[in-house]
Amino acid sequence: MSIRHGLLALLERGPSHGYQLRAQFDSATGATWPLNVGQVYTTLDRLERDGLVAQDGAPDGSPDGEGRIAYRITDAGRAEVRTWFGSPVGSRAAPRDELAIKLALAVTTPGVDVLAVVQTQRSATMSTLQELTRLKVREAADDLAWSLVLDSLVFRAEAEIRWLDHCEARVARAAARRPTVPPAAATPAPEAAPAGKRGRR
Amino acid sequence: MSAPVLELSGVTREHRQGDLVVHALRGADLTVAPGELVAVMGASGSGKSTLLHIAGGLDTPTAGQVLVEGQELTRLSAAALAAVRRRSVGYVFQDLNLIPALTAVENVSLPRELDGVRGRQARAEARAALDEVGIGELADRFPDEMSGGQQQRVAIARALVGERRLLLADEPTGALDSTTGEEVLRLLRARCAAGAAGVLVTHEARHAAWADRVLFLRDGVVVDTSGPVTGAESLLPAGGGA
Repeated sequence: MSIRHGLLALLERGPSHGYQLRAQFDSATGATWPLNVGQVYTTLDRLERDGLVAQDGAPDGSPDGEGRIAYRITDAGRAEVRTWFGSPVGSRAAPRDELAIKLALAVTTPGVDVLAVVQTQRSATMSTLQELTRLKVREAADDLAWSLVLDSLVFRAEAEIRWLDHCEARVARAAARRPTVPPAAATPAPEAAPAGKRGRR
Repeated sequence: MSAPVLELSGVTREHRQGDLVVHALRGADLTVAPGELVAVMGASGSGKSTLLHIAGGLDTPTAGQVLVEGQELTRLSAAALAAVRRRSVGYVFQDLNLIPALTAVENVSLPRELDGVRGRQARAEARAALDEVGIGELADRFPDEMSGGQQQRVAIARALVGERRLLLADEPTGALDSTTGEEVLRLLRARCAAGAAGVLVTHEARHAAWADRVLFLRDGVVVDTSGPVTGAESLLPAGGGA
């Protein structure tokens, strides 16, 4: 899981201090992955170095009355958030938690097309599942041990897709109950599906 | 690549209920070549069964084109359409629709006999189709003397018999256990590899993964398509991480 992207997604909603960011992160993700404030400030330093956030307020970056420095997201930072929401979580390189955290942030960040985020992930996981199935048919047909290992990966990928289906249904139901969409602070990912045309049944 | 067996372009299907228009399908495109198996996934009500029914000439689109082996279905007379349905298209539904009073071979030969093929030849074709799905020795059993997986094989043999090159399957693994369900998919996959074109509607990701391509439908719109990844690089996160 990338703390960088988590903090950037939170800053998309408006400027914040490190302490506020930590509290917002915990509340957005149900405190399943608590951050310490040191991690938050280290990450903010790196984000600033990379031009993705900037200090908000006085041009000299002087702290407010309580000694805290607020940060705001830059255009480059917004682009980075869009890329993050627009790309699937890798099945090997990242722990599964990143996906849960990404979705938790996607539903609470204004202007993110959550259904497009879900679909991007579902397509990527389905591709992995197709490849595992091909391996099973072609190479593991007579090798029970390998076949069972592949099955375990197949069932795991299937569980993820089932969970994504569930997320999609929950998001659609929540959207149906809330007729007006809050004003978008960020434009959705460019490859986003035409969610605006969704019919209401 | 050989000419496609199935081509849907801009297919829309509306249902009218008084003043209300419900779009079951909106502007769907799908091309399936011989040798290809395509899966269609989506929540209930997303239009996946409508897509399958239209592809098989069992339902008519409100707009768009449907070509089966080069014939535009919406322009055919009722009789010509019925002939395409009998001769070019094989259906496998969750509800197998086997006739309990007929043996396996009689169930499989029935559609051929209805199509005017002589009884002896129809039964020979049916036995060949049952051999192909691996239950030749059960040809003379009645459906209730067979397991669920064996009955499903009879239904697939019935969909394959004759020269039919378009295979349409709606949740064909229905109530089967996971191992038997996998055998059914293996069979569909093998039939497509042998030159048929297949469309499989399913809500099970594990089953859809047997297909060459997976179409995702949401509220009647094709929102995405996935194929198998072919290298480790595509398993890496595209957005970069910390």
